[in-house]
Amino acid sequence: MAQRTRTERADRIRHLLETEGEAIHAHASASNARRYETYGATDDLEALRTEARSIKEDAIGRLPDLIETVREAVEANGGTVYLADDAADANAYVADVVESRTDANGTTEDGDTPSVVKSKSMTTEEIDLNEGLETEGIAVTETDLGEWVLQVADDTPSHIVGPAMHISRPEIADLFNERFDPDEPFETAEELTRFARDHLGEHIREADVGITGANFVVADSGTITLITNEGNARKCAVTPDTHVAIAGVEKLIPTLSDLEPFVDIIAKSATGQPISQYVTMLSPPTDSPTLDFDSPDEPITGDDDGAADGSGAADGTGDPDREFHLVLLDNGRMNMREDDQLRETLYCIRCGACSNSCANFQSVGGHGFGGETYSGGIATGWEAGVHGQESAAEFNDLCTGCSRCVDACPVKIDIPWINTVVRDRVNRSGESESYDFLVDGLTPDEETGGIDLGKRFFGNIGTVAKAASATAPVSNWLADVGPVRRLLERTLGIDHRRDLPSFQRESLVDWFEGRGGFATSKRRAAEPRVQRGGAAVSSRRAERAGTRDGDTGLDREVVLYPDVYTNYVDVDRGKAAVRTLEALGVPVRVPDLPESGRAALSQGMIATADRQASRLYAALAEDLDAGRDVVVIEPSDLAAVHREYERLLPEGSVERLRTNSYEICEYVYGLLENGADPSALSTGDGAEPVAYHSHCQQRTLDLEAPTVAVLERCGYAPETSSAECCGMAGSFGYKREYYELSMDVGERLASEVEGAETVVASGTSCGDQLETLLDREVPHPIELLAPGGYRA
Amino acid sequence: MTVDTVGRFERALEGLEVGLERVAAADATERIETIVAEPAVGSPLPFDGVSLPGEVTTEPTTAELEAARTGVTPVGFAIAEYGSVAVESTADGAEPISLYPERHVAVVAASDVVPDLSAGFDRLADGFDRGRDSVVFATGRSATADMGDLVHGVHGPGDVRVIVLEDR
Ligand code: SF4
Repeated sequence: MAQRTRTERADRIRHLLETEGEAIHAHASASNARRYETYGATDDLEALRTEARSIKEDAIGRLPDLIETVREAVEANGGTVYLADDAADANAYVADVVESRTDANGTTEDGDTPSVVKSKSMTTEEIDLNEGLETEGIAVTETDLGEWVLQVADDTPSHIVGPAMHISRPEIADLFNERFDPDEPFETAEELTRFARDHLGEHIREADVGITGANFVVADSGTITLITNEGNARKCAVTPDTHVAIAGVEKLIPTLSDLEPFVDIIAKSATGQPISQYVTMLSPPTDSPTLDFDSPDEPITGDDDGAADGSGAADGTGDPDREFHLVLLDNGRMNMREDDQLRETLYCIRCGACSNSCANFQSVGGHGFGGETYSGGIATGWEAGVHGQESAAEFNDLCTGCSRCVDACPVKIDIPWINTVVRDRVNRSGESESYDFLVDGLTPDEETGGIDLGKRFFGNIGTVAKAASATAPVSNWLADVGPVRRLLERTLGIDHRRDLPSFQRESLVDWFEGRGGFATSKRRAAEPRVQRGGAAVSSRRAERAGTRDGDTGLDREVVLYPDVYTNYVDVDRGKAAVRTLEALGVPVRVPDLPESGRAALSQGMIATADRQASRLYAALAEDLDAGRDVVVIEPSDLAAVHREYERLLPEGSVERLRTNSYEICEYVYGLLENGADPSALSTGDGAEPVAYHSHCQQRTLDLEAPTVAVLERCGYAPETSSAECCGMAGSFGYKREYYELSMDVGERLASEVEGAETVVASGTSCGDQLETLLDREVPHPIELLAPGGYRA
Repeated sequence: MTVDTVGRFERALEGLEVGLERVAAADATERIETIVAEPAVGSPLPFDGVSLPGEVTTEPTTAELEAARTGVTPVGFAIAEYGSVAVESTADGAEPISLYPERHVAVVAASDVVPDLSAGFDRLADGFDRGRDSVVFATGRSATADMGDLVHGVHGPGDVRVIVLEDR
């Protein structure tokens, strides 16, 4: 599949926003909300997730052994195991099974078409089984209602759990009325469901073979686990005399007890239900009698005495009329297992929680955010592994790295990292572009040629910002004129509708030096505060206080990290942070520090990020040695240090950085908890409402709560937003092809907070997005809290 | 933790809109009779002194299975925490009988109601050891939202009743 151009991509996204967006949003966000609720009500959720992950780690680690174990178990039960290399291999095997069974049952002699009923399975979608069987003259009917709707509509799944999520009820009614021409047109979900049940029931009763997927396969007992709400998988598995289960090799888990945490968590993550309606554990061939609806007068328990005594053939051979085949699919999985970066993908239990929690997915669905088969955040890993990089590249950019899926994933897969890795690999496979020279001068990166220019530009935003700041306000004025905007759009893909950041001539670092650097800060921090309603204190008392280090029992020094935006664009929030810390008695340093690597990571430039991470660590080592705390304002930079650095730096370095670095409001919270006096700050009257949008990565780091707590301690009544993301997520919203999507996501957030008099946001891009949509100032919480307030 | 496991089971079922009745074994047949809608099929109940009402057909033909409005089956155990019943795949057809008819009547001994999923897995493991290795945890009624709204009774029963035998 050739990559779409920017314009084609923009058109496609616009089209999906218009046609499928509404239905997807309604369903995905409802599942997401139920997941929050159920996760919240599960006491041991973290333990459960940790356990689930470690079982998967172990199982994938010894996958070759488990394949042999399950082969022995299934054969001992009387079934067959087939290990299929790829799609063609799997399809041919299944077609063979169907043909030999229908031959044996005499169906083909009657001239009938062999028929198969199937329950929902992404793995069979992956190998295009239906097409494979149909070309062999086998009729296939999907029995999951969502899948069946797609089959009737000749459409593809847009969500791994709710495949027809993008089609609304009226659309289904229209489709069915046209196709089946009922006496009374269908209208309600109830009518449609009844019709589907009767229609599909007939197919199931008449089918020669039932095909299912498997959510899990217990290796040592050969047990297939099928998890559904409708009950169709049970019917497909037990009604025909032959059952074929198709599962990726990664579905194997060692023992029955390993199944428990998954049964406990899969419905919670998928739909927010405590447990699914039917958790079916079959060790086929089962003892259940086969159901031959062609012989209506035969007792179902048959004439076989051995099987009819109700004892359930505990010899493990099941009903003698039954046949069972387990097809284990490789199709790239064994290679993924060898790939240190993609391996984690194999832990995925396909619950779809990552899709539901993704703001972009909620807007465009899996037809925009998916490859040939899989969709949503984790689709990148799956598609890269089973269909190749090109299929993954198509939609990989739709992951903004916001990391909201990280907390959603029941097996703790670092989905954004997989997206970053694939982006990096896709970057490296590209062709050099003709505008390279434009960016070359600005980009001190270590990336090889061929990478998208826009990516290189945003990945090196620190250098760009430095140059722009040095030439401000000329650079700002220049960036705003038509021809330059058009050039930026054409070469770098920066949408002309988006306001560009306005660079400040004086950076935070320069301002701080200009006011006397650390010495001044130390003096200011030592000054006793002007009490509310009190008089200014004399300079003598101030001096005295200056000698009493740790007046409030706080004996700390802060290195405030001047991230690119704080340093060159949003300098005010940096100043506010300095004033706040000093007011609470903590002296501050603002050294000129290297970039964190966040910008490069967002563009999939891992080599650049790696180098930047090492530089930043080196630059901070002395401060860490001296016991200083590192305080970060921009949450995405803090997230780089706390989350991604473990992929880039030695363990010990990461640990040191992690334990000594804080988000600004988290740090203020700590100071207040340790006795600092909030009245030194700009406080509210106790009930002043404030709408607060935390930041995606900040929420993933559990840092929303400290900001809320600080606002409350300082006399505000914060109300937090529930929208997953602001839609900007760094450079994403600047890009022409994503501008509309970014605004669609942003509007959901904006409509939540627009009624509030004061709106604050922790991230630069969140603030920018909200300022555009609300057309008013949206400061950082620290600006609200700083002595003098943000309007001062 | 509550000691009243059956009570907890009952509350979980209430949330799933599944009725639960507690009866003594001696009254069970009569109670089942009042809640089966005919025609009814069933698989034999393995509890001493409890038998299926006369109008419930055991060893049904496929035609009888298809026509049945009620299926009565014993269940191996139940999980109070989630309101799940464990239906085993037996040669007398408990699995299809619990699945095909619109109403499923599940009969369980009070002593077989276990508190949580973990205890359920212990029971499951015991069963596996004895060769009962095909089981479904059925929780509430078959459901789908694929047609645009939540509808019950799709491929499985839309009406489930649970009978708890208190003296077993
Ligand atoms: S990556 Fe995690 S959240 Fe996403 S589908 Fe897989 S298991 Fe579920």
